[in-house]
Amino acid sequence: MAVPTSQKGPSAVTQKLVVIGNGMAGARTVEEILARNGDFAVTMFGDEPYGNYNRIMLSNLLAGVETEEGIFLNDLAWYRDNGITLNAGVKIERIDAAAKTVHDSNGVATPYDKLIIATGSYSWTPPMKNVHNPKRGYHQGVFAFRTLDDTRGMIRYARDHERAVVIGGGLLGLEAARGLQNHVSHVTLLHAMGHLMERQLDPKAGQMLQASVEGKLGIKVITNAMTTEILGKDRVTGVKLADGTVIECDVVVIAAGIRPNTEMVANSGLPVERGIVVDDQMRVEGQSDIYSVGECAQHRGSLYGLVAPLWDQAKVLADHITGTTDVAYTGSKLHTKLKVAGIDVASMGLIAPEHDEDEVIVYNEPKKGVYKQLIIREDVLVGATLVGDNSKAASLIQHFDRGTPLPEERSELIFDIGGPAGEQSPEEMPDDTQVCNCNGVSKGAICGVVAGGCGTVSGVMDKTRAGKGCGTCKPLVQRIVEWANGGAAEEDPAASWYVPGVPMPKPELMAAIRKYELKSVSSVFAKLVPGQKEDAKSKMGLASLLKMMWADEYVDERDARFINDRVHANIQRDGTFSVVPQMKGGVTTPAQLRKIAEVAEKYDVPMVKLTGGQRIDLLGVPKEQLPAMWADLDMPSGYAYAKSFRTVKTCVGSDFCRFGVGDSTALGIAIEERFQGLEGPGKMKLAVTGCPRNCAEAYVKDLGVVAIDGGRWEIYVGGAAGAHIRKGDLLATVDSAEEVIRLTGRFLQYYRENANWLERTYSFVPRIGIDRIREIVIDDADGIAAALDAAVEEAVQAYKDPWKERAEPATPGQFRTSLPLTVLPQVPVRS
Amino acid sequence: MTIAAVAKTILGPLSDIPFGEGRTYAVGDDMIAIFRLRDGSLRAVSAVCPHKGGPLADGQIDNSVVVCPLHLFAWDLSTGCSQSGQPSIDVYPVRVDDGQIVLGE
Repeated sequence: MAVPTSQKGPSAVTQKLVVIGNGMAGARTVEEILARNGDFAVTMFGDEPYGNYNRIMLSNLLAGVETEEGIFLNDLAWYRDNGITLNAGVKIERIDAAAKTVHDSNGVATPYDKLIIATGSYSWTPPMKNVHNPKRGYHQGVFAFRTLDDTRGMIRYARDHERAVVIGGGLLGLEAARGLQNHVSHVTLLHAMGHLMERQLDPKAGQMLQASVEGKLGIKVITNAMTTEILGKDRVTGVKLADGTVIECDVVVIAAGIRPNTEMVANSGLPVERGIVVDDQMRVEGQSDIYSVGECAQHRGSLYGLVAPLWDQAKVLADHITGTTDVAYTGSKLHTKLKVAGIDVASMGLIAPEHDEDEVIVYNEPKKGVYKQLIIREDVLVGATLVGDNSKAASLIQHFDRGTPLPEERSELIFDIGGPAGEQSPEEMPDDTQVCNCNGVSKGAICGVVAGGCGTVSGVMDKTRAGKGCGTCKPLVQRIVEWANGGAAEEDPAASWYVPGVPMPKPELMAAIRKYELKSVSSVFAKLVPGQKEDAKSKMGLASLLKMMWADEYVDERDARFINDRVHANIQRDGTFSVVPQMKGGVTTPAQLRKIAEVAEKYDVPMVKLTGGQRIDLLGVPKEQLPAMWADLDMPSGYAYAKSFRTVKTCVGSDFCRFGVGDSTALGIAIEERFQGLEGPGKMKLAVTGCPRNCAEAYVKDLGVVAIDGGRWEIYVGGAAGAHIRKGDLLATVDSAEEVIRLTGRFLQYYRENANWLERTYSFVPRIGIDRIREIVIDDADGIAAALDAAVEEAVQAYKDPWKERAEPATPGQFRTSLPLTVLPQVPVRS
Repeated sequence: MTIAAVAKTILGPLSDIPFGEGRTYAVGDDMIAIFRLRDGSLRAVSAVCPHKGGPLADGQIDNSVVVCPLHLFAWDLSTGCSQSGQPSIDVYPVRVDDGQIVLGE
């Protein structure tokens, strides 16, 4: 059947493009060429008398969860609308490369300028007696599982029968078995190899999958089962195995693998080995006008039977054929993540270690049917197998694909530890699922922005504010953007910059600032940004960095500060501010409490609250009252508003507590005294606890100190108990409080100099690695310890209590109200 | 972009506003945030953030946008358009005359 039409009249220069094969590879390649406005008159030949359907979905059709209409990718109208001549049900019998024509089964010769061979594969039938019937192809009741017609026939026949045997325990066979359960009551799966899916799974994983398939689905599985004969005279009555076993059945489905369709191509004199040999531009070897793509193509010795590599090949082919010649397909790293017969399976790379040095990590929980194996070589993931739990599959695939550095704690690769809850794949999420719980952004909103043309993760985050709250959802936002953008997010060069408005990562930025002696934020924009463009969102990060680098020499421009840093208080939802006086180590006195109480009454403070950092918060204070309150309090600022050293939480330690083994209170006060107000790329919250009972929560602080018996102190770094929960890593165990203070300063300075803007220690420490940090901070392997000590000392000396800035405003109207505007939501006064 | 009509009003001396910062002025029933850009020019916009009522005059600016201090949404100071999918804010004509900030035509 031919559907010749043409809405776009071909011009004189229009080339004739012939495509042999109308399956997923052929049609996708044509789509890619159309998307590039390729000027071709396209003629397609397909064995099957249909448009183009999604072969992967045939198992869903068999299982009754999908309809025939639902699996079509392109119906006949699509061909018509795009001016494609489709010869459906017409087989090409010969290619004449010299004459540039193809000859079809109707005896018609079709000329081409460019030819694409996308003949795909056929279902392979293992040698078995009586499988074929000379009159009708397969014996009655025997089916392959490859095409829509195969599937239709199988459904029709199975409807009136009861016992099915599936030959082949690979992915397709398992899917067929699962689908057949929808139609017959007994399904037996025969697999010639020792375990299921032996190409993707190791024996252990294969056995785990088998147990689930048998236990959960009720499919009987026989491995090492070589089928030798189909029994039954006019119709199937059973199969016979090599060991003589006979299994009674009335339907047999053969899903023993696929082989590339290359016979016609080889007979036409084109190079065929296991598949049609192609180069990196997908051209058939030695042919400048013939391409091949998909399962039939052999690239650098590999054949691909999965859909993702095929998409990559189609893109390269389309680029090349439409004139972009500097493209190359260099092969695909294979990974699959799917439900095999309802059971989660993911597989990538190696299924078994190859060298003695390969690191193998295995988790096995037979009762739940969960198996996870990772193979790591030189700190790169080279293989992973998951059965029964795909929650970490997406991140493993990312590591595998990109070769990204792996966490030191390998267990984090296979479990969610203290991180966000289980990963959900973007395609499975309904559009209205809330992704960002801080800013209320749905999956649909993110996809909308991507559809609107924004393909970078940071761009989407800027536009929607998703991931801009606590940040926990950032990995999920990234996965959704990647998915919505067709598999990969666009590279955002700005991702590595310290701040979005200055195109440099932190080390280069710091080097440039030093080289040109840039001591103010405006001078950084003027010198380092093309076009001298200022950027509001970069000012705060630059101000913090310059203050850290220049200490006393920093030229303070007030507009570079965030409002909190301009008025030394934390802005609240109604535009008022909170006042938190310093209370070192959380220790106070009756006199101090009395003063705070008097101030709270005098200024009619709407709420007085204890903070998590063991201080007192006066909330709801209008901006214009701040200087007067500070004067009345006459206490230093507690810095509860800045990206800086905040507090040192302590327990009562050895003075009163009967368990305390170290004077945590005194040490906490000493640390706070020394590092008060120290700016950094993120907040620094500390704690000192007097014994391992950890009442001051030191294990989950940016830096936490724990007294242990024998007068020693443990120092933990990189802990968190906010949106992200993480136990700190043990940096060192030391003998004296002085040593704790020295190492605290050195670690904090290393963090200040090397962390990205807003990167808290719980990200920074795992990124650098605790071993490396220990080398630098404790062992001084880089020889910078003295410089770190000196730099932090300079910063300590530059400390000035900002609450002294009250007699004279630093700028005109520094404390002038920006409120009241209209009646705003007021925090109710609590009594 | 909405350029709101407003009667000509002298708001006060330019020196009231430091470079790169904003201050709020009450004009009749309207609250208007005036910003003095680092390039010396002025911008006038409605002072209330349409998202959650944040005080825009407390936000950080550059020569094109203001970033609300509460949730960091950004608006173009010349057009009032949001860069992050929020409703627009009003913009007003503003200029300097003899050292005074003059709002309105």
